[in-house]
Amino acid sequence: MDLKKLEEIPKSYLKEILKSLSKLEKLKKIPFFTGIHFKDAERDLSRKIESYKKVERDTKKVWKIVELSRDENRPQCMDYINGIFDDFVKLSGDRLTGEDKSIIAGLGKINGKTVAVIGHNKGKNIKQRLEYNFGMSIPQGYRKSQRIMRLADRFGFPIITLIDTPGAYPAIEAEDDGQASAIAKSILLMFEVKVPIIAILIGEGGSGGALALAVGNEVAMLENSTYSVISPEGCAAILWKNPSGTKLAARELRLTSRDMFRLNIIDNIISEPIGGAQNAPRRMVKIVKKYIIGALERFDGISGEELKSRRAKKFESMGFFSNE
Amino acid sequence: MEKIKCKNCAKEIENEIFILNLRVCPYCNYHHYISARDRLQITVDNNSFIELGKNINSDDFLNFYDVKSYSVRLKEAKLKTSLDEAVIIGEAKIDGNDVAIGIMDFGFMGGSMGSVVGEKIKILSNYCIEKNIPLVIFCASGGARMQEGVISLMQMAKTVSSVNRVKENKIPYITIIANPTSGGISASFATIADIIIAEPEALFCFAGPRVVKQTIKKNLPPDFGTSERNFKNGQVDMIVNRSDIKDTLTNLLKLFKE
Repeated sequence: MDLKKLEEIPKSYLKEILKSLSKLEKLKKIPFFTGIHFKDAERDLSRKIESYKKVERDTKKVWKIVELSRDENRPQCMDYINGIFDDFVKLSGDRLTGEDKSIIAGLGKINGKTVAVIGHNKGKNIKQRLEYNFGMSIPQGYRKSQRIMRLADRFGFPIITLIDTPGAYPAIEAEDDGQASAIAKSILLMFEVKVPIIAILIGEGGSGGALALAVGNEVAMLENSTYSVISPEGCAAILWKNPSGTKLAARELRLTSRDMFRLNIIDNIISEPIGGAQNAPRRMVKIVKKYIIGALERFDGISGEELKSRRAKKFESMGFFSNE
Repeated sequence: MEKIKCKNCAKEIENEIFILNLRVCPYCNYHHYISARDRLQITVDNNSFIELGKNINSDDFLNFYDVKSYSVRLKEAKLKTSLDEAVIIGEAKIDGNDVAIGIMDFGFMGGSMGSVVGEKIKILSNYCIEKNIPLVIFCASGGARMQEGVISLMQMAKTVSSVNRVKENKIPYITIIANPTSGGISASFATIADIIIAEPEALFCFAGPRVVKQTIKKNLPPDFGTSERNFKNGQVDMIVNRSDIKDTLTNLLKLFKE
Protein backbone atom coordinates (compact mmCIF):
# COMPACT_ATOMS: atom_id res chain seq x y z
CA MET A 1 0.00 0.00 0.00
CA ASP A 2 1.29 3.43 -0.89
CA LEU A 3 1.58 5.26 2.39
CA LYS A 4 2.33 8.59 0.69
CA LYS A 5 -1.26 8.84 -0.32
CA LEU A 6 -2.23 8.93 3.32
CA GLU A 7 -0.77 12.43 3.67
CA GLU A 8 -3.49 13.89 1.49
CA ILE A 9 -6.32 12.34 3.40
CA PRO A 10 -8.57 14.62 5.43
CA LYS A 11 -8.33 14.27 9.18
CA SER A 12 -11.88 13.11 9.78
CA TYR A 13 -11.18 10.20 7.55
CA LEU A 14 -7.58 9.47 8.41
CA LYS A 15 -8.28 8.19 11.89
CA GLU A 16 -10.45 5.36 10.64
CA ILE A 17 -8.03 4.45 7.88
CA LEU A 18 -5.08 4.37 10.27
CA LYS A 19 -6.98 2.24 12.72
CA SER A 20 -7.82 -0.29 10.03
CA LEU A 21 -4.25 -0.14 8.71
CA SER A 22 -2.66 -0.85 12.06
CA LYS A 23 -5.02 -3.75 12.57
CA LEU A 24 -4.05 -5.14 9.21
CA GLU A 25 -0.37 -4.71 10.02
CA LYS A 26 -0.87 -6.62 13.24
CA LEU A 27 -2.59 -9.43 11.38
CA LYS A 28 0.24 -9.52 8.86
CA LYS A 29 2.69 -10.38 11.65
CA ILE A 30 0.84 -13.57 12.46
CA PRO A 31 2.93 -16.16 10.56
CA PHE A 32 0.17 -18.15 8.91
CA PHE A 33 -2.62 -15.63 8.71
CA THR A 34 -3.35 -15.78 5.02
CA GLY A 35 -7.14 -15.95 5.13
CA ILE A 36 -8.95 -14.65 2.11
CA HIS A 37 -10.84 -12.07 4.15
CA PHE A 38 -7.51 -10.44 5.06
CA LYS A 39 -6.60 -9.87 1.42
CA ASP A 40 -10.05 -8.51 0.76
CA ALA A 41 -9.70 -6.09 3.62
CA GLU A 42 -6.48 -4.74 2.21
CA ARG A 43 -7.90 -4.33 -1.26
CA ASP A 44 -10.90 -2.67 0.27
CA LEU A 45 -8.82 -0.24 2.20
CA SER A 46 -6.73 0.84 -0.73
CA ARG A 47 -9.85 1.32 -2.78
CA LYS A 48 -11.16 3.50 -0.02
CA ILE A 49 -7.96 5.54 0.11
CA GLU A 50 -8.07 6.02 -3.65
CA SER A 51 -11.57 7.35 -3.56
CA TYR A 52 -11.27 9.62 -0.54
CA LYS A 53 -11.61 12.82 -2.55
CA LYS A 54 -14.89 11.81 -4.03
CA VAL A 55 -16.05 10.60 -0.63
CA GLU A 56 -15.17 13.92 0.94
CA ARG A 57 -17.04 15.81 -1.78
CA ASP A 58 -20.07 13.54 -1.57
CA THR A 59 -20.12 13.72 2.19
CA LYS A 60 -20.32 17.52 2.10
CA LYS A 61 -23.18 17.41 -0.39
CA VAL A 62 -25.12 14.82 1.57
CA TRP A 63 -24.64 16.62 4.86
CA LYS A 64 -26.02 19.80 3.30
CA ILE A 65 -29.18 17.84 2.44
CA VAL A 66 -29.40 16.43 5.98
CA GLU A 67 -29.22 20.00 7.29
CA LEU A 68 -31.85 21.21 4.83
CA SER A 69 -34.19 18.35 5.75
CA ARG A 70 -33.93 19.43 9.38
CA ASP A 71 -34.16 23.19 8.73
CA GLU A 72 -36.71 24.64 11.12
CA ASN A 73 -37.92 27.14 8.56
CA ARG A 74 -38.88 24.36 6.23
CA PRO A 75 -42.66 24.08 5.77
CA GLN A 76 -44.06 21.52 8.17
CA CYS A 77 -47.07 19.26 8.31
CA MET A 78 -49.42 22.00 9.57
CA ASP A 79 -48.32 24.38 6.81
CA TYR A 80 -49.22 21.80 4.20
CA ILE A 81 -52.52 20.99 5.89
CA ASN A 82 -53.50 24.67 6.11
CA GLY A 83 -52.41 25.41 2.56
CA ILE A 84 -53.76 22.32 0.82
CA PHE A 85 -56.91 20.96 2.48
CA ASP A 86 -60.23 22.74 2.86
CA ASP A 87 -62.41 22.37 5.95
CA PHE A 88 -59.73 20.37 7.76
CA VAL A 89 -60.93 18.91 11.05
CA LYS A 90 -58.31 17.64 13.45
CA LEU A 91 -59.16 14.38 15.22
CA SER A 92 -57.46 13.35 18.42
CA GLY A 93 -56.78 10.45 20.73
CA ASP A 94 -56.17 6.73 20.32
CA ARG A 95 -59.32 5.82 22.33
CA LEU A 96 -57.19 3.65 24.58
CA THR A 97 -54.80 5.60 26.71
CA GLY A 98 -54.04 9.01 25.31
CA GLU A 99 -53.34 11.66 22.74
CA ASP A 100 -49.96 12.11 21.07
CA LYS A 101 -49.45 15.60 19.70
CA SER A 102 -46.45 14.57 17.61
CA ILE A 103 -48.85 13.13 15.03
CA ILE A 104 -51.60 15.23 13.50
CA ALA A 105 -54.55 13.39 12.00
CA GLY A 106 -57.85 14.46 10.58
CA LEU A 107 -60.18 14.78 7.63
CA GLY A 108 -60.22 17.48 4.99
CA LYS A 109 -61.13 18.14 1.39
CA ILE A 110 -58.92 18.51 -1.62
CA ASN A 111 -60.43 19.28 -5.03
CA GLY A 112 -63.86 18.68 -3.46
CA LYS A 113 -62.94 15.19 -2.34
CA THR A 114 -62.68 14.09 1.32
CA VAL A 115 -59.35 12.58 2.35
CA ALA A 116 -57.72 11.53 5.62
CA VAL A 117 -54.49 13.35 6.39
CA ILE A 118 -51.93 12.05 8.86
CA GLY A 119 -48.57 13.63 9.47
CA HIS A 120 -45.75 14.17 11.90
CA ASN A 121 -45.70 17.47 13.64
CA LYS A 122 -42.31 18.89 14.61
CA GLY A 123 -43.02 22.42 15.74
CA LYS A 124 -41.24 25.62 14.80
CA ASN A 125 -39.99 27.11 18.01
CA ILE A 126 -38.71 25.62 21.23
CA LYS A 127 -42.11 25.85 22.90
CA GLN A 128 -43.84 24.05 20.06
CA ARG A 129 -41.03 21.56 19.67
CA LEU A 130 -41.31 20.56 23.29
CA GLU A 131 -45.09 20.37 22.99
CA TYR A 132 -44.90 18.14 19.92
CA ASN A 133 -41.88 16.25 21.25
CA PHE A 134 -39.78 17.16 18.17
CA GLY A 135 -41.96 14.96 15.99
CA MET A 136 -40.98 11.81 17.87
CA SER A 137 -44.07 9.70 18.36
CA ILE A 138 -45.24 7.34 21.07
CA PRO A 139 -47.58 4.35 20.68
CA GLN A 140 -50.63 6.56 21.25
CA GLY A 141 -49.71 8.49 18.10
CA TYR A 142 -49.35 5.39 15.93
CA ARG A 143 -52.61 4.01 17.30
CA LYS A 144 -54.38 7.30 16.59
CA SER A 145 -53.05 7.08 13.05
CA GLN A 146 -54.40 3.51 12.79
CA ARG A 147 -57.79 4.68 14.03
CA ILE A 148 -58.00 7.38 11.36
CA MET A 149 -56.78 4.99 8.67
CA ARG A 150 -59.50 2.51 9.59
CA LEU A 151 -62.05 5.31 9.49
CA ALA A 152 -60.84 6.35 6.05
CA ASP A 153 -60.95 2.75 4.87
CA ARG A 154 -64.55 2.34 5.97
CA PHE A 155 -65.71 5.46 4.13
CA GLY A 156 -63.45 5.07 1.11
CA PHE A 157 -61.41 8.22 1.79
CA PRO A 158 -57.91 8.18 0.30
CA ILE A 159 -55.13 8.53 2.88
CA ILE A 160 -52.43 11.20 2.55
CA THR A 161 -49.47 10.96 4.91
CA LEU A 162 -46.85 13.66 5.48
CA ILE A 163 -43.71 12.22 7.01
CA ASP A 164 -41.30 14.31 9.05
CA THR A 165 -39.80 12.61 12.10
CA PRO A 166 -36.35 11.95 13.53
CA GLY A 167 -37.76 8.57 14.61
CA ALA A 168 -40.03 7.00 17.21
CA TYR A 169 -39.54 8.36 20.73
CA PRO A 170 -37.09 6.20 22.69
CA ALA A 171 -38.46 6.34 26.24
CA ILE A 172 -39.44 4.01 29.05
CA GLU A 173 -43.17 4.80 28.90
CA ALA A 174 -43.23 4.41 25.11
CA GLU A 175 -41.61 0.99 25.44
CA ASP A 176 -43.97 -0.02 28.24
CA ASP A 177 -46.95 0.98 26.08
CA GLY A 178 -45.76 -1.25 23.25
CA GLN A 179 -43.82 1.00 20.87
CA ALA A 180 -42.61 -1.92 18.74
CA SER A 181 -46.02 -3.48 18.27
CA ALA A 182 -47.67 -0.09 17.66
CA ILE A 183 -45.30 0.50 14.73
CA ALA A 184 -45.63 -3.06 13.44
CA LYS A 185 -49.42 -2.78 13.54
CA SER A 186 -49.36 0.53 11.69
CA ILE A 187 -47.31 -1.08 8.94
CA LEU A 188 -49.65 -4.08 8.93
CA LEU A 189 -52.77 -1.92 8.71
CA MET A 190 -51.34 -0.11 5.70
CA PHE A 191 -51.28 -3.46 3.91
CA GLU A 192 -54.91 -4.06 4.80
CA VAL A 193 -56.76 -0.88 3.84
CA LYS A 194 -58.48 -0.74 0.48
CA VAL A 195 -58.11 2.97 -0.25
CA PRO A 196 -55.19 4.67 -1.99
CA ILE A 197 -52.35 5.67 0.32
CA ILE A 198 -50.14 8.52 -0.83
CA ALA A 199 -47.07 9.00 1.34
CA ILE A 200 -44.91 12.11 1.07
CA LEU A 201 -41.65 12.59 2.96
CA ILE A 202 -41.48 16.32 3.61
CA GLY A 203 -38.44 16.50 5.92
CA GLU A 204 -36.79 13.78 7.94
CA GLY A 205 -37.79 10.18 7.31
CA GLY A 206 -36.39 8.60 10.44
CA SER A 207 -36.49 4.84 10.62
CA GLY A 208 -39.48 2.78 11.82
CA GLY A 209 -41.27 5.89 13.03
CA ALA A 210 -41.33 7.15 9.43
CA LEU A 211 -42.15 3.79 7.87
CA ALA A 212 -45.19 3.53 10.16
CA LEU A 213 -46.80 6.18 7.94
CA ALA A 214 -44.99 5.45 4.69
CA VAL A 215 -46.36 2.22 3.23
CA GLY A 216 -47.95 3.99 0.30
CA ASN A 217 -49.28 2.99 -3.09
CA GLU A 218 -47.23 5.94 -4.14
CA VAL A 219 -44.31 7.22 -2.07
CA ALA A 220 -42.74 10.58 -2.91
CA MET A 221 -39.93 12.57 -1.38
CA LEU A 222 -39.32 16.27 -1.46
CA GLU A 223 -35.98 16.87 -3.14
CA ASN A 224 -34.15 17.74 0.09
CA SER A 225 -35.89 15.36 2.44
CA THR A 226 -34.14 12.27 3.77
CA TYR A 227 -35.17 8.68 4.42
CA SER A 228 -33.02 6.45 6.55
CA VAL A 229 -32.96 3.25 8.54
CA ILE A 230 -31.15 5.03 11.37
CA SER A 231 -30.05 8.61 11.97
CA PRO A 232 -26.47 9.34 10.85
CA GLU A 233 -25.71 10.11 14.51
CA GLY A 234 -27.06 6.73 15.64
CA CYS A 235 -25.25 4.89 12.87
CA ALA A 236 -21.94 6.57 13.72
CA ALA A 237 -22.38 5.70 17.40
CA ILE A 238 -22.87 2.01 16.57
CA LEU A 239 -20.49 1.40 13.66
CA TRP A 240 -17.82 4.05 14.10
CA LYS A 241 -18.29 4.05 17.86
CA ASN A 242 -17.58 7.76 17.61
CA PRO A 243 -19.60 10.86 16.69
CA SER A 244 -16.85 11.87 14.23
CA GLY A 245 -18.29 9.32 11.83
CA THR A 246 -21.66 11.09 11.62
CA LYS A 247 -21.16 12.83 8.27
CA LEU A 248 -19.54 9.78 6.72
CA ALA A 249 -22.44 7.69 7.99
CA ALA A 250 -24.86 10.08 6.31
CA ARG A 251 -23.12 9.41 3.03
CA GLU A 252 -22.85 5.64 3.47
CA LEU A 253 -26.53 5.32 4.40
CA ARG A 254 -27.60 6.74 1.00
CA LEU A 255 -30.46 8.69 2.48
CA THR A 256 -31.18 11.32 -0.18
CA SER A 257 -34.20 11.43 -2.48
CA ARG A 258 -31.98 10.72 -5.48
CA ASP A 259 -30.60 7.59 -3.81
CA MET A 260 -34.11 6.44 -2.95
CA PHE A 261 -35.27 6.94 -6.50
CA ARG A 262 -32.27 5.08 -7.88
CA LEU A 263 -32.90 2.20 -5.46
CA ASN A 264 -36.55 2.07 -6.47
CA ILE A 265 -37.79 2.82 -2.95
CA ILE A 266 -39.80 5.87 -3.95
CA ASP A 267 -41.89 6.63 -7.01
CA ASN A 268 -41.31 10.36 -7.35
CA ILE A 269 -39.07 13.21 -6.32
CA ILE A 270 -40.91 16.49 -5.77
CA SER A 271 -38.68 19.43 -6.76
CA GLU A 272 -38.14 22.19 -4.24
CA PRO A 273 -37.77 25.92 -4.92
CA ILE A 274 -34.15 26.94 -5.57
CA GLY A 275 -32.04 26.62 -2.43
CA GLY A 276 -34.65 24.55 -0.64
CA ALA A 277 -38.26 24.61 0.55
CA GLN A 278 -37.46 27.01 3.39
CA ASN A 279 -36.75 29.78 0.84
CA ALA A 280 -40.29 29.76 -0.53
CA PRO A 281 -42.60 27.84 1.79
CA ARG A 282 -45.82 28.94 0.08
CA ARG A 283 -44.56 27.90 -3.31
CA MET A 284 -43.54 24.56 -1.85
CA VAL A 285 -47.00 23.98 -0.43
CA LYS A 286 -48.52 24.73 -3.84
CA ILE A 287 -46.20 22.26 -5.55
CA VAL A 288 -47.17 19.54 -3.06
CA LYS A 289 -50.86 20.33 -3.51
CA LYS A 290 -50.51 19.88 -7.24
CA TYR A 291 -48.68 16.64 -6.69
CA ILE A 292 -51.38 15.23 -4.38
CA ILE A 293 -54.14 16.14 -6.83
CA GLY A 294 -52.24 14.39 -9.60
CA ALA A 295 -51.57 11.32 -7.47
CA LEU A 296 -55.23 11.02 -6.47
CA GLU A 297 -56.21 11.13 -10.13
CA ARG A 298 -53.77 8.31 -10.88
CA PHE A 299 -55.65 6.05 -8.46
CA ASP A 300 -59.09 7.02 -9.63
CA GLY A 301 -61.18 4.01 -10.61
CA ILE A 302 -58.75 1.39 -9.29
CA SER A 303 -60.52 -1.17 -7.09
CA GLY A 304 -59.73 -1.53 -3.39
CA GLU A 305 -58.51 -5.10 -3.82
CA GLU A 306 -56.20 -4.00 -6.60
CA LEU A 307 -54.80 -1.14 -4.51
CA LYS A 308 -54.14 -3.52 -1.65
CA SER A 309 -52.44 -6.17 -3.74
CA ARG A 310 -50.33 -3.60 -5.60
CA ARG A 311 -49.08 -2.30 -2.26
CA ALA A 312 -48.12 -5.78 -1.11
CA LYS A 313 -46.42 -6.59 -4.40
CA LYS A 314 -44.52 -3.31 -4.40
CA PHE A 315 -43.05 -3.69 -0.91
CA GLU A 316 -42.50 -7.43 -1.12
CA SER A 317 -40.30 -6.99 -4.17
CA MET A 318 -37.88 -4.67 -2.37
CA GLY A 319 -34.38 -5.96 -1.69
CA PHE A 320 -31.11 -6.67 -3.44
CA PHE A 321 -29.41 -10.05 -3.29
CA SER A 322 -27.72 -12.52 -5.56
CA ASN A 323 -29.52 -15.66 -6.54
CA GLU A 324 -27.16 -18.45 -7.52
CA MET B 1 -12.46 -29.42 32.51
CA GLU B 2 -13.15 -26.26 30.53
CA LYS B 3 -15.31 -23.71 32.24
CA ILE B 4 -17.34 -20.72 31.16
CA LYS B 5 -18.52 -17.81 33.24
CA CYS B 6 -22.23 -16.96 33.39
CA LYS B 7 -22.84 -13.51 31.94
CA ASN B 8 -25.48 -12.84 34.54
CA CYS B 9 -24.42 -14.34 37.88
CA ALA B 10 -20.71 -14.72 37.01
CA LYS B 11 -20.60 -18.23 38.45
CA GLU B 12 -18.34 -20.70 36.66
CA ILE B 13 -20.11 -23.46 34.79
CA GLU B 14 -18.46 -26.57 33.39
CA ASN B 15 -18.68 -26.31 29.64
CA GLU B 16 -20.21 -29.74 29.23
CA ILE B 17 -22.97 -29.01 31.75
CA PHE B 18 -23.57 -25.63 30.13
CA ILE B 19 -24.06 -27.23 26.72
CA LEU B 20 -26.23 -30.06 28.04
CA ASN B 21 -28.34 -27.45 29.81
CA LEU B 22 -29.00 -25.78 26.41
CA ARG B 23 -26.69 -22.88 27.28
CA VAL B 24 -28.80 -21.88 30.23
CA CYS B 25 -27.02 -21.13 33.50
CA PRO B 26 -27.91 -23.92 35.97
CA TYR B 27 -27.50 -21.48 38.89
CA CYS B 28 -29.50 -18.42 37.80
CA ASN B 29 -31.46 -19.66 34.74
CA TYR B 30 -29.94 -16.97 32.53
CA HIS B 31 -30.50 -17.93 28.90
CA HIS B 32 -27.28 -17.37 26.95
CA TYR B 33 -26.86 -17.05 23.17
CA ILE B 34 -27.70 -20.18 21.24
CA SER B 35 -26.81 -20.61 17.57
CA ALA B 36 -29.51 -21.17 14.97
CA ARG B 37 -28.19 -24.67 14.24
CA ASP B 38 -28.28 -25.64 17.91
CA ARG B 39 -31.75 -24.17 18.27
CA LEU B 40 -32.88 -26.23 15.32
CA GLN B 41 -31.33 -29.32 16.88
CA ILE B 42 -33.27 -28.94 20.14
CA THR B 43 -36.55 -27.86 18.54
CA VAL B 44 -37.35 -30.06 15.56
CA ASP B 45 -37.59 -33.83 15.18
CA ASN B 46 -34.44 -35.67 14.09
CA ASN B 47 -33.73 -35.52 10.38
CA SER B 48 -36.97 -33.69 9.70
CA PHE B 49 -35.51 -30.36 8.58
CA ILE B 50 -35.38 -29.48 4.91
CA GLU B 51 -33.71 -26.13 4.33
CA LEU B 52 -35.24 -23.61 1.94
CA GLY B 53 -33.84 -20.52 0.24
CA LYS B 54 -30.25 -21.74 0.36
CA ASN B 55 -29.26 -20.18 -2.93
CA ILE B 56 -29.75 -16.51 -2.06
CA ASN B 57 -26.85 -14.43 -0.83
CA SER B 58 -26.31 -10.91 0.46
CA ASP B 59 -24.85 -8.33 -1.83
CA ASP B 60 -22.88 -5.23 -0.86
CA PHE B 61 -24.97 -3.23 -3.32
CA LEU B 62 -24.28 0.13 -1.64
CA ASN B 63 -20.53 -0.50 -1.24
CA PHE B 64 -21.11 0.35 2.40
CA TYR B 65 -17.96 1.12 4.29
CA ASP B 66 -17.71 2.15 7.93
CA VAL B 67 -14.51 0.99 9.54
CA LYS B 68 -14.79 -2.16 7.48
CA SER B 69 -16.62 -2.85 4.27
CA TYR B 70 -19.93 -4.66 4.37
CA SER B 71 -18.56 -7.42 2.14
CA VAL B 72 -15.73 -8.05 4.60
CA ARG B 73 -18.17 -8.06 7.51
CA LEU B 74 -20.31 -10.59 5.65
CA LYS B 75 -17.38 -12.89 5.03
CA GLU B 76 -16.31 -12.70 8.65
CA ALA B 77 -19.83 -13.46 9.83
CA LYS B 78 -20.03 -16.46 7.51
CA LEU B 79 -16.72 -17.82 8.79
CA LYS B 80 -17.68 -17.18 12.40
CA THR B 81 -21.10 -18.81 12.27
CA SER B 82 -20.88 -21.28 9.38
CA LEU B 83 -24.16 -19.78 8.23
CA ASP B 84 -24.94 -17.97 5.00
CA GLU B 85 -27.15 -15.40 6.64
CA ALA B 86 -28.76 -14.31 9.90
CA VAL B 87 -31.72 -16.65 9.47
CA ILE B 88 -32.17 -20.25 8.40
CA ILE B 89 -35.54 -21.31 7.06
CA GLY B 90 -37.11 -24.58 6.11
CA GLU B 91 -39.76 -27.17 6.65
CA ALA B 92 -39.58 -29.42 9.71
CA LYS B 93 -41.59 -31.49 12.13
CA ILE B 94 -42.10 -30.61 15.76
CA ASP B 95 -43.18 -33.75 17.57
CA GLY B 96 -44.70 -34.97 14.33
CA ASN B 97 -46.40 -31.67 13.46
CA ASP B 98 -45.39 -30.07 10.16
CA VAL B 99 -44.21 -26.49 10.43
CA ALA B 100 -42.53 -23.86 8.32
CA ILE B 101 -39.73 -22.74 10.61
CA GLY B 102 -37.36 -19.78 10.61
CA ILE B 103 -34.55 -19.39 13.12
CA MET B 104 -32.51 -16.23 13.48
CA ASP B 105 -28.91 -16.25 14.66
CA PHE B 106 -27.72 -13.27 16.70
CA GLY B 107 -24.13 -14.32 16.00
CA PHE B 108 -24.46 -13.35 12.34
CA MET B 109 -23.97 -9.57 12.32
CA GLY B 110 -26.20 -9.21 15.36
CA GLY B 111 -28.98 -11.13 13.64
CA SER B 112 -29.62 -8.02 11.59
CA MET B 113 -32.20 -8.02 8.83
CA GLY B 114 -31.13 -7.07 5.34
CA SER B 115 -32.48 -8.06 1.94
CA VAL B 116 -31.73 -11.77 2.37
CA VAL B 117 -33.41 -12.10 5.76
CA GLY B 118 -36.42 -10.26 4.34
CA GLU B 119 -36.51 -12.46 1.25
CA LYS B 120 -36.16 -15.62 3.34
CA ILE B 121 -39.11 -14.63 5.55
CA LYS B 122 -41.08 -14.06 2.36
CA ILE B 123 -40.05 -17.44 0.90
CA LEU B 124 -40.99 -19.12 4.18
CA SER B 125 -44.36 -17.34 4.28
CA ASN B 126 -45.13 -18.38 0.72
CA TYR B 127 -44.10 -21.93 1.50
CA CYS B 128 -46.32 -22.26 4.56
CA ILE B 129 -49.28 -20.87 2.58
CA GLU B 130 -48.60 -23.31 -0.24
CA LYS B 131 -48.38 -26.27 2.16
CA ASN B 132 -50.96 -24.93 4.61
CA ILE B 133 -48.72 -25.53 7.64
CA PRO B 134 -48.16 -23.29 10.67
CA LEU B 135 -45.42 -20.66 10.67
CA VAL B 136 -42.95 -20.59 13.56
CA ILE B 137 -40.17 -18.00 13.75
CA PHE B 138 -37.48 -17.78 16.44
CA CYS B 139 -36.41 -14.15 16.65
CA ALA B 140 -33.01 -12.91 17.82
CA SER B 141 -31.88 -9.69 16.25
CA GLY B 142 -30.65 -6.21 16.98
CA GLY B 143 -32.81 -4.85 14.17
CA ALA B 144 -32.36 -3.71 10.60
CA ARG B 145 -28.96 -4.06 8.89
CA MET B 146 -27.59 -0.55 8.58
CA GLN B 147 -25.14 -1.64 5.88
CA GLU B 148 -28.06 -1.97 3.48
CA GLY B 149 -29.33 1.53 4.20
CA VAL B 150 -33.01 2.17 3.73
CA ILE B 151 -33.39 -1.12 1.87
CA SER B 152 -33.10 -2.82 5.27
CA LEU B 153 -35.86 -0.55 6.60
CA MET B 154 -38.05 -1.69 3.72
CA GLN B 155 -37.59 -5.29 4.84
CA MET B 156 -39.82 -4.42 7.77
CA ALA B 157 -42.64 -3.64 5.36
CA LYS B 158 -41.77 -6.63 3.20
CA THR B 159 -41.85 -9.14 6.05
CA VAL B 160 -45.02 -7.65 7.57
CA SER B 161 -46.75 -7.95 4.21
CA SER B 162 -45.53 -11.55 3.81
CA VAL B 163 -46.71 -12.77 7.21
CA ASN B 164 -49.92 -10.79 6.76
CA ARG B 165 -50.74 -13.06 3.82
CA VAL B 166 -50.07 -16.03 6.11
CA LYS B 167 -52.56 -14.64 8.62
CA GLU B 168 -55.12 -13.91 5.91
CA ASN B 169 -54.91 -17.56 4.92
CA LYS B 170 -55.91 -18.53 8.47
CA ILE B 171 -52.59 -20.17 9.18
CA PRO B 172 -51.33 -19.97 12.78
CA TYR B 173 -48.24 -17.81 13.23
CA ILE B 174 -46.10 -18.13 16.35
CA THR B 175 -42.95 -16.21 17.26
CA ILE B 176 -40.44 -17.02 19.97
CA ILE B 177 -38.52 -14.03 21.30
CA ALA B 178 -34.90 -14.77 22.27
CA ASN B 179 -32.36 -12.35 23.66
CA PRO B 180 -32.23 -9.77 22.15
CA THR B 181 -35.09 -8.88 19.82
CA SER B 182 -35.27 -5.19 19.07
CA GLY B 183 -35.58 -2.42 16.50
CA GLY B 184 -36.63 -3.44 13.04
CA ILE B 185 -37.52 -6.98 14.05
CA SER B 186 -39.63 -6.17 17.10
CA ALA B 187 -41.38 -3.43 15.11
CA SER B 188 -42.20 -5.76 12.23
CA PHE B 189 -42.91 -9.48 11.92
CA ALA B 190 -42.01 -10.45 15.51
CA THR B 191 -44.85 -8.58 17.22
CA ILE B 192 -47.70 -9.31 14.82
CA ALA B 193 -47.73 -13.04 15.47
CA ASP B 194 -50.89 -14.72 16.76
CA ILE B 195 -48.93 -16.01 19.73
CA ILE B 196 -45.75 -14.53 21.15
CA ILE B 197 -43.58 -16.67 23.42
CA ALA B 198 -40.55 -15.12 25.13
CA GLU B 199 -37.52 -16.71 26.74
CA PRO B 200 -36.81 -15.54 30.30
CA GLU B 201 -34.96 -12.26 30.68
CA ALA B 202 -34.71 -11.71 26.92
CA LEU B 203 -34.37 -8.08 25.88
CA PHE B 204 -37.47 -7.35 23.81
CA CYS B 205 -37.93 -3.71 22.90
CA PHE B 206 -37.97 -1.18 20.09
CA ALA B 207 -35.25 1.19 21.28
CA GLY B 208 -32.41 -0.45 23.19
CA PRO B 209 -31.46 0.54 26.76
CA ARG B 210 -28.43 2.57 25.63
CA VAL B 211 -30.44 4.75 23.26
CA VAL B 212 -33.25 5.28 25.74
CA LYS B 213 -30.83 6.18 28.51
CA GLN B 214 -29.05 8.67 26.27
CA THR B 215 -32.31 10.29 25.21
CA ILE B 216 -34.09 10.66 28.53
CA LYS B 217 -30.88 11.09 30.54
CA LYS B 218 -32.27 9.07 33.43
CA ASN B 219 -31.34 5.70 34.83
CA LEU B 220 -33.49 2.88 33.56
CA PRO B 221 -35.36 0.42 35.76
CA PRO B 222 -33.30 -2.78 36.06
CA ASP B 223 -35.95 -4.81 34.22
CA PHE B 224 -36.18 -2.37 31.28
CA GLY B 225 -37.18 -4.16 28.09
CA THR B 226 -37.08 -7.65 29.59
CA SER B 227 -39.54 -10.42 28.79
CA GLU B 228 -40.85 -10.17 32.35
CA ARG B 229 -41.61 -6.46 32.04
CA ASN B 230 -43.17 -7.05 28.62
CA PHE B 231 -45.32 -9.80 30.12
CA LYS B 232 -46.49 -7.45 32.85
CA ASN B 233 -47.30 -4.83 30.18
CA GLY B 234 -49.30 -7.31 28.14
CA GLN B 235 -46.87 -7.51 25.22
CA VAL B 236 -46.20 -11.28 25.27
CA ASP B 237 -48.41 -14.31 25.84
CA MET B 238 -46.03 -16.31 28.00
CA ILE B 239 -42.49 -16.70 29.20
CA VAL B 240 -41.15 -20.18 28.64
CA ASN B 241 -37.81 -21.75 29.56
CA ARG B 242 -35.72 -22.87 26.61
CA SER B 243 -36.03 -26.50 27.66
CA ASP B 244 -39.84 -26.30 27.55
CA ILE B 245 -40.30 -24.45 24.27
CA LYS B 246 -40.59 -27.57 22.15
CA ASP B 247 -43.37 -28.96 24.37
CA THR B 248 -45.18 -25.62 24.42
CA LEU B 249 -45.04 -25.43 20.63
CA THR B 250 -46.27 -29.01 20.33
CA ASN B 251 -49.28 -28.22 22.53
CA LEU B 252 -50.13 -25.09 20.59
CA LEU B 253 -49.76 -26.79 17.22
CA LYS B 254 -52.12 -29.56 18.37
CA LEU B 255 -54.70 -26.99 19.48
CA PHE B 256 -54.68 -25.33 16.09
CA LYS B 257 -54.95 -28.66 14.30
CA GLU B 258 -58.47 -29.33 15.52
